[in-house]
Amino acid sequence: MLKVSEIVKILDAEVLTGQENMDLEIYSGCGADLMSDVMAFVKESVILCTGLVNPQVVRTAEMMDIKVLCFVRGKVPGEAVIELAKEKGITVLATQQPLFICCGLLYSNGIKGRGVWN
Amino acid sequence: MSDSTVKLHYDIDAEDFTTAGEASSGVKKTLTRLGVNPELIKRISIAMYEAEINAVIHANGGFADVEITPEMVKVVISDNGPGIPCVEDAMKPGWSTASNLVREMGFGAGMGLPNMKRYTDEMCVESEVGVGTKITLIVYLNR
Ligand SMILES: Nc1ncnc2c1ncn2[C@@H]1O[C@H](COP(=O)(O)OP(=O)(O)OP(=O)(O)O)[C@@H](O)[C@H]1O
Ligand SMILES: [Mg+2]
Repeated sequence: MLKVSEIVKILDAEVLTGQENMDLEIYSGCGADLMSDVMAFVKESVILCTGLVNPQVVRTAEMMDIKVLCFVRGKVPGEAVIELAKEKGITVLATQQPLFICCGLLYSNGIKGRGVWN
Repeated sequence: MSDSTVKLHYDIDAEDFTTAGEASSGVKKTLTRLGVNPELIKRISIAMYEAEINAVIHANGGFADVEITPEMVKVVISDNGPGIPCVEDAMKPGWSTASNLVREMGFGAGMGLPNMKRYTDEMCVESEVGVGTKITLIVYLNR
Protein backbone atom coordinates (compact mmCIF):
# COMPACT_ATOMS: atom_id res chain seq x y z
CA MET A 1 0.00 0.00 0.00
CA LEU A 2 1.12 3.56 -0.69
CA LYS A 3 -0.49 6.87 0.05
CA VAL A 4 -0.87 9.25 -2.89
CA SER A 5 1.60 11.61 -1.19
CA GLU A 6 4.23 8.81 -1.20
CA ILE A 7 3.50 8.04 -4.86
CA VAL A 8 4.07 11.71 -5.71
CA LYS A 9 7.52 11.53 -4.08
CA ILE A 10 8.49 8.15 -5.58
CA LEU A 11 7.56 9.20 -9.12
CA ASP A 12 8.73 12.78 -8.66
CA ALA A 13 5.27 13.68 -9.92
CA GLU A 14 3.37 16.90 -10.21
CA VAL A 15 -0.19 17.07 -8.81
CA LEU A 16 -2.43 18.51 -11.53
CA THR A 17 -5.63 18.22 -9.55
CA GLY A 18 -6.76 16.58 -6.29
CA GLN A 19 -4.23 18.09 -3.89
CA GLU A 20 -6.78 17.37 -1.12
CA ASN A 21 -6.55 13.58 -1.69
CA MET A 22 -2.91 13.02 -0.71
CA ASP A 23 -3.89 10.66 2.14
CA LEU A 24 -5.82 8.29 -0.13
CA GLU A 25 -4.46 4.73 0.10
CA ILE A 26 -3.59 2.85 -3.08
CA TYR A 27 -3.35 -0.96 -3.07
CA SER A 28 -3.14 -1.89 -6.73
CA GLY A 29 -2.03 -0.45 -10.02
CA CYS A 30 -2.50 -0.73 -13.72
CA GLY A 31 -0.27 0.45 -16.57
CA ALA A 32 -1.69 0.57 -20.09
CA ASP A 33 -2.21 2.76 -23.14
CA LEU A 34 -5.28 0.85 -24.35
CA MET A 35 -8.35 1.45 -22.22
CA SER A 36 -10.09 -1.90 -22.82
CA ASP A 37 -7.02 -3.63 -21.39
CA VAL A 38 -7.53 -1.51 -18.28
CA MET A 39 -11.21 -2.47 -18.15
CA ALA A 40 -10.43 -6.18 -18.40
CA PHE A 41 -9.32 -6.18 -14.74
CA VAL A 42 -11.40 -4.85 -11.90
CA LYS A 43 -9.39 -4.00 -8.79
CA GLU A 44 -9.89 -1.95 -5.66
CA SER A 45 -8.05 1.27 -4.68
CA VAL A 46 -6.27 1.58 -7.98
CA ILE A 47 -3.83 3.97 -9.61
CA LEU A 48 -3.96 3.98 -13.42
CA CYS A 49 -0.66 4.92 -15.11
CA THR A 50 -0.93 5.75 -18.80
CA GLY A 51 0.73 7.63 -21.63
CA LEU A 52 -2.66 8.39 -23.15
CA VAL A 53 -3.89 11.91 -22.37
CA ASN A 54 -7.39 12.23 -23.82
CA PRO A 55 -10.72 12.56 -21.95
CA GLN A 56 -11.42 8.84 -22.42
CA VAL A 57 -8.78 8.07 -19.78
CA VAL A 58 -10.88 10.02 -17.28
CA ARG A 59 -14.08 8.34 -18.54
CA THR A 60 -12.48 4.92 -18.11
CA ALA A 61 -11.43 5.84 -14.58
CA GLU A 62 -14.94 7.11 -13.88
CA MET A 63 -16.60 3.86 -15.02
CA MET A 64 -14.14 1.78 -12.97
CA ASP A 65 -14.25 3.95 -9.84
CA ILE A 66 -10.51 4.62 -10.21
CA LYS A 67 -9.65 7.60 -8.04
CA VAL A 68 -6.06 8.32 -9.11
CA LEU A 69 -4.51 8.78 -12.57
CA CYS A 70 -0.87 9.28 -13.42
CA PHE A 71 0.18 10.51 -16.85
CA VAL A 72 3.66 9.23 -17.75
CA ARG A 73 6.51 10.13 -20.14
CA GLY A 74 6.04 13.85 -19.48
CA LYS A 75 2.67 13.87 -21.26
CA VAL A 76 0.62 16.92 -20.41
CA PRO A 77 -3.17 16.63 -20.68
CA GLY A 78 -5.29 19.48 -21.99
CA GLU A 79 -7.28 21.72 -19.67
CA ALA A 80 -10.52 19.88 -20.62
CA VAL A 81 -9.08 16.59 -19.34
CA ILE A 82 -8.10 18.12 -16.00
CA GLU A 83 -11.50 19.84 -15.70
CA LEU A 84 -13.32 16.55 -16.34
CA ALA A 85 -11.18 14.81 -13.71
CA LYS A 86 -11.89 17.59 -11.23
CA GLU A 87 -15.60 17.27 -11.88
CA LYS A 88 -15.42 13.50 -11.23
CA GLY A 89 -13.28 13.88 -8.11
CA ILE A 90 -10.34 12.08 -9.71
CA THR A 91 -6.79 12.98 -8.65
CA VAL A 92 -4.38 13.55 -11.53
CA LEU A 93 -0.59 13.24 -11.34
CA ALA A 94 2.01 13.70 -14.07
CA THR A 95 5.55 12.32 -14.16
CA GLN A 96 8.49 12.36 -16.57
CA GLN A 97 9.07 8.62 -15.95
CA PRO A 98 8.22 6.18 -18.74
CA LEU A 99 5.41 3.68 -18.10
CA PHE A 100 7.61 0.65 -17.41
CA ILE A 101 9.81 2.47 -14.88
CA CYS A 102 6.74 4.01 -13.28
CA CYS A 103 5.12 0.60 -12.75
CA GLY A 104 8.40 -0.87 -11.50
CA LEU A 105 8.89 1.89 -8.96
CA LEU A 106 5.34 1.57 -7.64
CA TYR A 107 5.52 -2.22 -7.46
CA SER A 108 8.87 -2.33 -5.68
CA ASN A 109 7.69 0.29 -3.19
CA GLY A 110 4.66 -1.71 -2.13
CA ILE A 111 1.78 -1.57 -4.61
CA LYS A 112 1.31 -5.27 -5.26
CA GLY A 113 -2.44 -5.83 -5.27
CA ARG A 114 -3.70 -8.03 -8.05
CA GLY A 115 -6.84 -7.70 -10.13
CA VAL A 116 -9.37 -10.43 -10.54
CA TRP A 117 -9.76 -12.03 -13.94
CA ASN A 118 -13.38 -13.16 -14.19
CA MET B 1 -35.36 1.74 -5.05
CA SER B 2 -38.84 2.66 -6.20
CA ASP B 3 -40.98 0.09 -8.01
CA SER B 4 -41.37 2.10 -11.17
CA THR B 5 -39.35 1.47 -14.30
CA VAL B 6 -36.88 4.16 -15.34
CA LYS B 7 -36.32 4.53 -19.08
CA LEU B 8 -33.49 6.59 -20.55
CA HIS B 9 -32.64 7.40 -24.15
CA TYR B 10 -29.42 8.92 -25.48
CA ASP B 11 -28.13 9.78 -28.93
CA ILE B 12 -24.52 8.67 -29.26
CA ASP B 13 -22.74 11.34 -31.26
CA ALA B 14 -19.64 10.39 -33.22
CA GLU B 15 -18.63 13.90 -34.30
CA ASP B 16 -16.58 14.59 -31.22
CA PHE B 17 -14.62 11.71 -29.71
CA THR B 18 -14.02 13.69 -26.51
CA THR B 19 -17.72 13.49 -25.57
CA ALA B 20 -17.94 9.71 -26.10
CA GLY B 21 -19.00 8.07 -22.86
CA GLU B 22 -21.50 10.70 -21.79
CA ALA B 23 -24.44 8.29 -22.08
CA SER B 24 -22.68 5.74 -19.86
CA SER B 25 -21.75 8.49 -17.44
CA GLY B 26 -25.39 9.60 -17.25
CA VAL B 27 -26.59 6.05 -16.61
CA LYS B 28 -23.94 5.58 -13.92
CA LYS B 29 -25.16 8.74 -12.19
CA THR B 30 -28.79 7.60 -12.34
CA LEU B 31 -27.96 4.14 -10.94
CA THR B 32 -25.97 5.74 -8.12
CA ARG B 33 -28.90 8.04 -7.32
CA LEU B 34 -31.24 5.02 -7.25
CA GLY B 35 -28.98 3.36 -4.68
CA VAL B 36 -27.97 0.33 -6.78
CA ASN B 37 -25.07 -1.78 -5.41
CA PRO B 38 -21.78 -0.11 -6.51
CA GLU B 39 -20.25 -3.37 -7.77
CA LEU B 40 -23.22 -3.92 -10.09
CA ILE B 41 -23.06 -0.28 -11.20
CA LYS B 42 -19.40 -0.78 -12.09
CA ARG B 43 -20.18 -3.87 -14.16
CA ILE B 44 -23.00 -2.28 -16.13
CA SER B 45 -21.07 1.00 -16.57
CA ILE B 46 -17.97 -0.68 -18.00
CA ALA B 47 -20.03 -2.87 -20.34
CA MET B 48 -22.16 0.03 -21.57
CA TYR B 49 -19.12 2.28 -22.01
CA GLU B 50 -17.40 -0.37 -24.18
CA ALA B 51 -20.54 -0.64 -26.34
CA GLU B 52 -20.90 3.14 -26.55
CA ILE B 53 -17.26 3.55 -27.62
CA ASN B 54 -17.72 0.83 -30.25
CA ALA B 55 -20.71 2.70 -31.69
CA VAL B 56 -18.51 5.81 -31.94
CA ILE B 57 -15.34 4.27 -33.37
CA HIS B 58 -16.79 1.51 -35.55
CA ALA B 59 -20.27 2.73 -36.56
CA ASN B 60 -20.28 6.54 -36.70
CA GLY B 61 -22.54 6.84 -33.67
CA GLY B 62 -25.86 5.35 -32.59
CA PHE B 63 -28.41 5.22 -29.80
CA ALA B 64 -28.59 4.01 -26.23
CA ASP B 65 -31.83 2.82 -24.65
CA VAL B 66 -31.71 1.91 -21.00
CA GLU B 67 -34.38 0.33 -18.84
CA ILE B 68 -33.93 0.16 -15.08
CA THR B 69 -36.35 -1.95 -13.04
CA PRO B 70 -36.03 -3.27 -9.47
CA GLU B 71 -34.92 -6.59 -11.02
CA MET B 72 -32.45 -5.55 -13.68
CA VAL B 73 -30.68 -2.99 -15.82
CA LYS B 74 -31.05 -3.53 -19.55
CA VAL B 75 -28.92 -1.52 -21.97
CA VAL B 76 -29.47 -1.59 -25.72
CA ILE B 77 -26.86 0.12 -27.92
CA SER B 78 -27.86 0.22 -31.57
CA ASP B 79 -26.29 1.75 -34.65
CA ASN B 80 -26.75 1.96 -38.41
CA GLY B 81 -23.07 1.31 -39.07
CA PRO B 82 -21.28 -1.24 -41.27
CA GLY B 83 -22.23 -4.27 -39.17
CA ILE B 84 -19.98 -7.11 -37.99
CA PRO B 85 -19.26 -9.75 -40.68
CA CYS B 86 -18.47 -12.53 -38.20
CA VAL B 87 -19.66 -12.03 -34.63
CA GLU B 88 -17.87 -15.19 -33.49
CA ASP B 89 -14.51 -13.72 -34.57
CA ALA B 90 -15.30 -10.30 -33.12
CA MET B 91 -16.02 -11.86 -29.71
CA LYS B 92 -12.49 -13.33 -29.51
CA PRO B 93 -10.20 -11.46 -27.09
CA GLY B 94 -7.67 -9.43 -29.09
CA TRP B 95 -9.64 -9.48 -32.34
CA SER B 96 -9.84 -5.94 -33.72
CA THR B 97 -10.15 -4.05 -36.99
CA ALA B 98 -9.43 -0.70 -35.32
CA SER B 99 -7.25 1.72 -37.29
CA ASN B 100 -3.99 3.16 -36.01
CA LEU B 101 -5.80 6.42 -35.40
CA VAL B 102 -8.29 4.68 -33.10
CA ARG B 103 -5.41 2.92 -31.34
CA GLU B 104 -3.71 6.24 -30.72
CA MET B 105 -6.92 7.33 -29.00
CA GLY B 106 -6.65 4.37 -26.61
CA PHE B 107 -8.95 1.81 -28.19
CA GLY B 108 -8.48 -1.23 -30.42
CA ALA B 109 -7.21 -3.86 -27.99
CA GLY B 110 -9.98 -6.17 -29.18
CA MET B 111 -11.21 -6.49 -25.60
CA GLY B 112 -14.46 -4.50 -25.73
CA LEU B 113 -16.88 -7.27 -26.67
CA PRO B 114 -15.18 -9.85 -24.36
CA ASN B 115 -15.36 -7.31 -21.52
CA MET B 116 -19.09 -6.76 -22.15
CA LYS B 117 -19.61 -10.51 -21.94
CA ARG B 118 -17.55 -10.79 -18.77
CA TYR B 119 -19.33 -8.07 -16.82
CA THR B 120 -22.96 -8.75 -17.77
CA ASP B 121 -25.33 -11.60 -16.91
CA GLU B 122 -26.71 -11.67 -20.43
CA MET B 123 -25.34 -10.29 -23.68
CA CYS B 124 -26.80 -10.48 -27.15
CA VAL B 125 -25.14 -9.26 -30.37
CA GLU B 126 -27.34 -8.83 -33.42
CA SER B 127 -25.55 -7.53 -36.50
CA GLU B 128 -26.10 -7.38 -40.22
CA VAL B 129 -23.48 -6.17 -42.68
CA GLY B 130 -24.55 -2.90 -44.27
CA VAL B 131 -27.49 -2.49 -41.87
CA GLY B 132 -26.12 -2.09 -38.36
CA THR B 133 -25.48 -3.60 -34.97
CA LYS B 134 -27.57 -3.98 -31.84
CA ILE B 135 -25.95 -4.95 -28.54
CA THR B 136 -28.18 -5.91 -25.60
CA LEU B 137 -26.62 -6.02 -22.14
CA ILE B 138 -28.41 -7.17 -18.99
CA VAL B 139 -27.26 -7.14 -15.38
CA TYR B 140 -29.64 -8.54 -12.73
CA LEU B 141 -29.84 -6.65 -9.49
CA ASN B 142 -31.09 -9.29 -7.07
CA ARG B 143 -28.86 -12.32 -7.63
N1 LIG C 1 -20.86 -1.42 -33.41
C1 LIG C 1 -20.00 -2.01 -34.25
N2 LIG C 1 -20.11 -1.84 -35.60
C2 LIG C 1 -19.25 -2.44 -36.45
N3 LIG C 1 -18.23 -3.24 -36.07
C3 LIG C 1 -18.07 -3.45 -34.75
C4 LIG C 1 -18.93 -2.86 -33.78
N4 LIG C 1 -18.53 -3.26 -32.56
C5 LIG C 1 -17.47 -4.06 -32.76
N5 LIG C 1 -17.17 -4.18 -34.06
C6 LIG C 1 -16.10 -5.01 -34.68
O1 LIG C 1 -15.69 -5.99 -33.75
C7 LIG C 1 -14.29 -5.84 -33.44
C8 LIG C 1 -14.05 -6.21 -31.99
O2 LIG C 1 -14.71 -5.28 -31.11
P1 LIG C 1 -14.11 -5.04 -29.65
O3 LIG C 1 -14.92 -3.99 -28.99
O4 LIG C 1 -14.00 -6.35 -28.96
O5 LIG C 1 -12.63 -4.53 -29.95
P2 LIG C 1 -12.15 -3.09 -30.46
O6 LIG C 1 -13.27 -2.13 -30.38
O7 LIG C 1 -11.52 -3.27 -31.79
O8 LIG C 1 -11.03 -2.73 -29.41
P3 LIG C 1 -11.27 -2.34 -27.85
O9 LIG C 1 -12.73 -2.54 -27.57
O10 LIG C 1 -10.41 -3.26 -27.08
O11 LIG C 1 -10.86 -0.92 -27.72
C9 LIG C 1 -13.99 -4.40 -33.79
O12 LIG C 1 -12.62 -4.19 -34.07
C10 LIG C 1 -14.87 -4.21 -35.02
O13 LIG C 1 -14.28 -4.79 -36.17
MG1 LIG D 1 -14.34 -1.91 -28.58
